[in-house]
Amino acid sequence: MAPARTPDIAAKRLPKAQYAANFTDLHPPLNAHEALVESDRCYFCYDAPCMKACPTSIDIPLFIREIQAGNPKSAAKTIFNQNILGGMCARVCPTETLCEEACVREHAEGKPVKIGLLQRYATDQAMADKHPYNRAKSSGKKVAVVGAGPAGLACAHRLSMHGHDVTVFEARKKSGGLNEYGIAAYKSVDDFAAKEVDFVLSIGGIKIENGMALGKKLKLANLQRDYDAVFLGLGLSGVNALGDKNEDADGIEDAVDYISDLRQAKDPSRLKVGRNVVVIGGGMTAIDIAVQSKLLGAENVTVIYRRGAEHMKASPFEQELAQTKGVNIKHWVAPKKVLVKSGSVIGLKCENTSTGEKFEIRADMIFKAIGQSYIDVTGGTIALDQGRIKVDAEKRTSVKGIWAGGDCIAGGKDLTVASVDDGRRAAESIHSFLTA
Amino acid sequence: MADLRSNFVGIKSPNPFWLASAPPTDKEYNVVRAFKAGWGGVVWKTLGEEGPPVVNVNGPRYGAIHGADRRLLGLNNIELITDRPLEINLQEIKKVKREWPDRAMVVSLMVPCEEEPWKKILKQVEDTECDGVELNFGCPHGMSERGMGAAVGQVPEYIEMVARWCKQHSRLPVIVKLTPNITDVRQPARAAFRGGADAVSLINTINSITHVDLDSFSPMPSIDGKGSHGGYCGPAVKPIALSMVSEIARDKETKGKPISAIGGITTWRDAAEFISMSAGNVQVCTAAMTYGFKIVEEMKSGLARWMDDKGYATIEDFRGRAVPNVTDWQYLNLNYIAKAKIDQDACIKCGRCYAACEDTSHQAISNMKDGKRHFEVMDDECVACNLCVEVCPVQNCITMVQQTSGTDARTGKKISKDYANWTQHPNNPMSVKAAE
Repeated sequence: MAPARTPDIAAKRLPKAQYAANFTDLHPPLNAHEALVESDRCYFCYDAPCMKACPTSIDIPLFIREIQAGNPKSAAKTIFNQNILGGMCARVCPTETLCEEACVREHAEGKPVKIGLLQRYATDQAMADKHPYNRAKSSGKKVAVVGAGPAGLACAHRLSMHGHDVTVFEARKKSGGLNEYGIAAYKSVDDFAAKEVDFVLSIGGIKIENGMALGKKLKLANLQRDYDAVFLGLGLSGVNALGDKNEDADGIEDAVDYISDLRQAKDPSRLKVGRNVVVIGGGMTAIDIAVQSKLLGAENVTVIYRRGAEHMKASPFEQELAQTKGVNIKHWVAPKKVLVKSGSVIGLKCENTSTGEKFEIRADMIFKAIGQSYIDVTGGTIALDQGRIKVDAEKRTSVKGIWAGGDCIAGGKDLTVASVDDGRRAAESIHSFLTA
Repeated sequence: MADLRSNFVGIKSPNPFWLASAPPTDKEYNVVRAFKAGWGGVVWKTLGEEGPPVVNVNGPRYGAIHGADRRLLGLNNIELITDRPLEINLQEIKKVKREWPDRAMVVSLMVPCEEEPWKKILKQVEDTECDGVELNFGCPHGMSERGMGAAVGQVPEYIEMVARWCKQHSRLPVIVKLTPNITDVRQPARAAFRGGADAVSLINTINSITHVDLDSFSPMPSIDGKGSHGGYCGPAVKPIALSMVSEIARDKETKGKPISAIGGITTWRDAAEFISMSAGNVQVCTAAMTYGFKIVEEMKSGLARWMDDKGYATIEDFRGRAVPNVTDWQYLNLNYIAKAKIDQDACIKCGRCYAACEDTSHQAISNMKDGKRHFEVMDDECVACNLCVEVCPVQNCITMVQQTSGTDARTGKKISKDYANWTQHPNNPMSVKAAE
């Protein structure tokens, strides 16, 4: 261990211009020529494996064929029919473990059709145009949606399409949920999350009230009383703890909070980051915070994960991305003790989980990315399953008239695209319920 | 190493690859570049009679059909015969032939259907010391309305008459270029040979409109909002050309007569196929217009390597080998039984064979095995139609396997080694019964 020193946490570690370059689009969009060349590669498979691998079951061969035939706006409609947040999903979906992994060209040549980028090409074109859906005749029914994240927005849009009036209650200042506050900055540039919210709302019939957190100003019982149906897209508001006695030391941060600050920062150079950063965790959040720390100018960034590479929730592509950005991923390593001096973090004592070997890593900052948890705000009225809301296949909760979806439900996949699917399915179920 | 030298009706060239009469052979500059690139010969772009030069449109002359990745599959043109003064063409032909004595120099001609103009131009052309003439009776646009080109080629009596004049007034070999825009290509071919022609060349271009502009509703290529049919060529027309060549090659009257094959020849393989169908040499245009003159290198090396592999020392060693195998449908062996077989190791599971067979053919492919995506041919349903082979994106993944013993799982009939065709079939009311 190096001699004690003042923790080295600082902003402006990089030349000004470097920040813009670091936080630009991870995958630049395809231009029209590239999109045509790529769309020509799709085989239009029967009962396409890519489509089955998509949590929202987008008809991928059809939308690619529509691009190929010079009709990207119809392609976008094919996408939006299943996934109104197809624009964000095109940017953030781990396609390498979903549609593109299933692509037969991955099987044939190890080079899948670039489905994600084609989806982005189509949706970008359509979103620059007028909203592609019209609302059905008003049903006179009102639905409350709690949470303006991917699940809530998808649910609200589909309900509005069916002619129901929707009010969305959102705890935070901005809508979009993790799309706005949680996605790594280089995956959603140019304020895309906010633009997408505007796009969803432009169908009409959806009112958003921000600063309305359930359990505080907003009571579930009142919603049940005032609305014909309620959808809960609450997300996960708890952050798992390390259980270390020094957990409150300066320099220990929740990764999700820091990512949120970064997303909201107008000027990333003003964000303080440690020279030596340690990230604890193995999911997408761990990778995102590690990469972004590096992009902010941290010198040494180490991710420690208690199990092997194959067990990490972050895909091999994400792990490789981190490594090419200079992040050191240490597998089979568990945190044992946060080392502190004068109230500030100076390092982390670790243990190799397979050999038992103990060692220390110097750290000015430690990010906790060991998962989030559901915190009940419904007053215990709704049944849970493994700590999250229990739902059936139609996303109905144990309480009649209340549906739920997204990360707050049991079995949630912690994926934007899965949340969108929950929201749409719940909306269809609510629609059947309201029109029965 | 295979000897690619060609001797076609006494016209010698270092290889059988000639550039067809078309824009690539319109002037000295292009032809010299072609010879430098290695082409065996050229048919100089069609000369007309002396007088004010031909006038071309000043808008687009070409339209096209594209395959995946904008691969040009079919090209259409509305260009006329040379629009340069006759005298300049004649001077250049003479000069180039002198400078490139080992290359074939054939001159394409088109003058009004009267003896004098033919007599006159033949004299002028002979003075260039070229190797032969090709009579353009094929051009389907522009000149045909003036009683030339296809207007002559569609009337066998005219063909015979002009061919006879040419043989009478010239010592040069005469090749008659045929139009495919007729019902039975054997008629003009017979007429050409009756008139004394040394050879026929085919096919000229096919009447075509490649597409319609859906904004202006003008056929393309569009000249000031209007379009006219042009002549179609390129890879898309090869099968038509190959069939027409085969008709002449096996016609009682024209069998064994020299044929210069034209029509979509793009690679060595196309050339080898036409030669096996009795062509003495091949003429190429679209491939050169698409990729430039350099493609002849692939044609030469490919043809030579294949000949070496097969043990053919010269072109004559395999020329015409396919002709005896072209027959009429009624003589095909109905006792020949095949079944499609999918190579499971090569299969990429796109399911296109299944979609094609299930939706449009014989429901002879299954798409599931033990609950998994798996495509397999059901012999008891397969009629060996070959559609699955053709729609499969992986070459040689699906093959047709001849059944030589046992019973046909589809019909339950014993597989016979005997040849039996429709003329002998019991279902044929006209069948010839073997003497009892």
